[in-house]
Amino acid sequence: MSTETSTAIGPVEGGARYDVDNPAPYIEAPRKRTGKTPRATRGNFEMAAWLFMRLSGVVLVVLVLGHLLIQLFLDGGVSKIGFAFVAGRWASPFWQVWDLLMLWLAMLHGANGLRTVINDYAERANTRLWLKGLLYTATVFTILLGTLVIFTFDPNIR
Amino acid sequence: MPAGTLYRGREGMWSWVAHRVTGVLIFFFLFVHVLDTALVRVSPEAYDEVVATYKTPIVALLEYGLVAAILFHALNGLRVIAVDFWSKGPRYQKQMLWTVVGIWLVLMAGSIYPVLGHAARELFGS
Repeated sequence: MSTETSTAIGPVEGGARYDVDNPAPYIEAPRKRTGKTPRATRGNFEMAAWLFMRLSGVVLVVLVLGHLLIQLFLDGGVSKIGFAFVAGRWASPFWQVWDLLMLWLAMLHGANGLRTVINDYAERANTRLWLKGLLYTATVFTILLGTLVIFTFDPNIR
Repeated sequence: MPAGTLYRGREGMWSWVAHRVTGVLIFFFLFVHVLDTALVRVSPEAYDEVVATYKTPIVALLEYGLVAAILFHALNGLRVIAVDFWSKGPRYQKQMLWTVVGIWLVLMAGSIYPVLGHAARELFGS
């Protein structure tokens, strides 16, 4: 191997092919955003969803465990629950707000969890579409129904 | 099974599986629970009639299962948050899982009497 061979190898390895007067063509860094790059087609939804799961999760630990303690543990557990018990609790705006917040956070937390599960296991695009359509329909229906019940509760219904 | 998945077993994977299973179960219960509560807008009798079935011994056992699922999901959820946000979280994820399991066992033992007591009294007399 002598220095003579360098020209025989070709332009790739040719040492002095480019110089100050004959610069190498500029190659853009891969994946660099330029004027020609299309605008982002999606935002940070998945990151927001990931963060929501953690933030709502912490709040739900307090709301749901408090709810469980009152409904299933204290004062006779489930035995005491009835229309009169519900009326007594929803007489207080504090418990109305508690239950409303719990309803919304738990439904959205659960819906996003099931969305992840559907994305993981439903392999056909059509299956995912239908399952998520069903999920979102049921979620919106349940959130609206629960909200309506809390806001329109009437202790003197009878 | 989708190709290229990494099921590595042990604490990390099984806690993930348990978190999924309990999460889906709790979510399905939540639908039913909002619907049964909505009966307070129908009539006190309709609500009380459905809640009466929740006081039977068999449903009491289901309620104990619900408590089990919620407690695990809550405790393990806090562990997931610690793994994600605490700089040493990933290093101690196994220890944290066994801590979760330990607290869960204690709470489940403590839940037996409050949740199942009324069912035992009904079955065996007080």
